Amino acid sequence: MIDFLRHPWPWYVAGPLIGLTVPLLLLLGNKRLGISSTFRQICAACVPGRISFLRYDWKKQSWNLYFVAGIFLGGFLAGHVLANPEPVQVSAHMRELLQQWHIHMGAGLLPEQWFNWHQLLSWQGILLTVVGGFLVGFGTRYGEGCTSGHGIFGLSSLQWPSLIATMAFFAGGILSAHLIVPLLFK
Amino acid sequence: MAETATTTTPRIQPGSTRRKALPNWVFLFPGIYFGWVLTKGEAISWYRIEEMFYFGSFHMYGIFMSAVVVGALSIWLIRKLGIKTWDGETIEIPKKRFHKGYILGGFIFGLGWALTGACPGPLYAQVGAGFTVVIVTLLSAIAGTWVYAAWRDKLPH
Repeated sequence: MIDFLRHPWPWYVAGPLIGLTVPLLLLLGNKRLGISSTFRQICAACVPGRISFLRYDWKKQSWNLYFVAGIFLGGFLAGHVLANPEPVQVSAHMRELLQQWHIHMGAGLLPEQWFNWHQLLSWQGILLTVVGGFLVGFGTRYGEGCTSGHGIFGLSSLQWPSLIATMAFFAGGILSAHLIVPLLFK
Repeated sequence: MAETATTTTPRIQPGSTRRKALPNWVFLFPGIYFGWVLTKGEAISWYRIEEMFYFGSFHMYGIFMSAVVVGALSIWLIRKLGIKTWDGETIEIPKKRFHKGYILGGFIFGLGWALTGACPGPLYAQVGAGFTVVIVTLLSAIAGTWVYAAWRDKLPH
């Protein structure tokens, strides 16, 4: 049983179950799946300053703060307590690429050699966390959503602006993965 | 005293099925579910995200597409059958209004996505999975949102 719970899932199990979050939130209370709005919520709660965009009643929408606290717990249970002991089964092409980047794959879901507190002080670590995070937070608010709000919820509700946003996400991601990421691991 | 108490007791109205709205904390539970399935599907993996951007595997595309199909079918069913929320509200989906930020902001988010190997949801799950340094990524994302809020009037929309 424990072994079974440790196993990662193929896309055709994980994908539909991720999709079910959309009706689950709608039925529980008319909530639209979206995560990046929690960054705005935290800004509004902690440092609203005199910015009108951050001055609203964030407590009214605090369901999403509980929701992301749940995501943290889900990640803890599935990725720590019942973590898969095997490395991620990436494609042969990806393994080759990781070798070129001098990344040794351990059992974790991220390369531990880069995502740790010690590497945070290296320029690569700063790009992977501080710069990457800043772009994610700035871009998602400017684009009014992330992969869940646009990519899953927006597309599920057949909204064309979300399709354009999702294409923009991928354009940025493909460019960054091919032109910037390789420079970090030369 | 006993008399007034009995007269003020609210009676259950026949035909009224309206319940109270769920309190916000209840959404911790769908959150745990979402975090669990994202993690078990390896959608929070930096390796899987890079692999996706290099078109190395169908895994992430399969996740996205099947999630959207299930989401779309559920919304279609909800509308078709007129299903209401737990507390009897009509389900509403506000229209998204397009502006230039969808392209510019979306592109900027994409640039960051390939670096962090995670979009916002998975960032929270990565911290839970034990990569505590990702707290810095989250704080930086919050800072990014703050800077957007401060510059909002000067950016093209």
